[in-house]
Amino acid sequence: MARSKDKGGTEVNAGSMADIAFLLLIFFLVTTQIATNKGLTLLLPPKQEEDEPLEVKQQQRNIFKILVNSQDKILIEDDQVIDDVSEIRGMVYDFVLNFGAPGDVKRGAADVSDKETYAALTPAMRAYVNSNLGSSESSDGPSKAIVSLKADRGSSYEIFIQILDELNAAYNKIYGDRVGLTDEEFRKLKKSDPRQKALYDEARAGIPKAISIAEPTKVGG
Amino acid sequence: MSKFKKKSESTQEIPTAALPDIIFMLLFFFMVTTVLRETTVLVEQRIPRAEQLVKLEKKKLVTYLYIGKPKDAALGVEPLIQANDAFVSIDGIVQWVNVEKDKLSEVERDQITISLKVDNETKMGIIVDVQTELREANARKIIYAAPTKTNDN
Repeated sequence: MARSKDKGGTEVNAGSMADIAFLLLIFFLVTTQIATNKGLTLLLPPKQEEDEPLEVKQQQRNIFKILVNSQDKILIEDDQVIDDVSEIRGMVYDFVLNFGAPGDVKRGAADVSDKETYAALTPAMRAYVNSNLGSSESSDGPSKAIVSLKADRGSSYEIFIQILDELNAAYNKIYGDRVGLTDEEFRKLKKSDPRQKALYDEARAGIPKAISIAEPTKVGG
Repeated sequence: MSKFKKKSESTQEIPTAALPDIIFMLLFFFMVTTVLRETTVLVEQRIPRAEQLVKLEKKKLVTYLYIGKPKDAALGVEPLIQANDAFVSIDGIVQWVNVEKDKLSEVERDQITISLKVDNETKMGIIVDVQTELREANARKIIYAAPTKTNDN
């Protein structure tokens, strides 16, 4: 009786080792959350100095106004109520590329004027601008165009993100169209790659992404 | 004769002894690459999805602010701001940003990016207040964190 005990092989059965390892592996696979740093970027305006004038007068036609009230209703340019957020994309696209009165003044980091920006557009875009846009009631040129988004304190964050998403979509579409990419391809350009960075800079030259988040009024809505 | 016999007798079994090693290798890979969340989020986080996302390249410069309804019902239903492991008040944001800036090296201090992770039921009021404070603290780069929209159509 005691003999058989001593005799028995002392090898541990390793057959189930793989199963245990699989179990652990699956546990880690399921619980792992790969940290994502994706989102909508925005550059806030610098700190307000006390002695600075609060408002810099901009011509009304150069500002595309979007108002959101506490019921999440959207008002465009003070006179148009829209229900579908996705309408904004086309409106902003047309607004920025309006070229109502392109000037010669060189602006921005790329130092190009609106006229030069217009000349640098692809033929298809220029044809589109000529036939559909160029209204004297919309923006003078891309360097002057500002999109102002004013959300009431009581409006929801969800609608704000949706609108911001549409605004970014409109700009990405413009940038993409300029260099012959779709908006999605443009978005995926890697700035660490010099060739892609050059393309990115070319697309953005002369058309700043001017999205302004206006301070909401404290009352009303 | 016997020579041929031996050949046909050999069993066709694949040795599986190395299988656990392979699985362990995979396991270790996942264990090493997994970055465990450093902070426990104390507020509700159902972040609205968006399409036009930009990926941040320098992770080191990103600091997170969580905004949403507190998970603990005893704290009420009004949205709160969480920085690191604790709640901060609106007035405490400037100080918090400065502490976070001190963690970065001198040259990178102005490039700090604040990632706002906001629950979709939050109202804009608190977000505007946070933005005003961030301007005050000169942390102007912000990113509204959002997962990619899944296409329904």
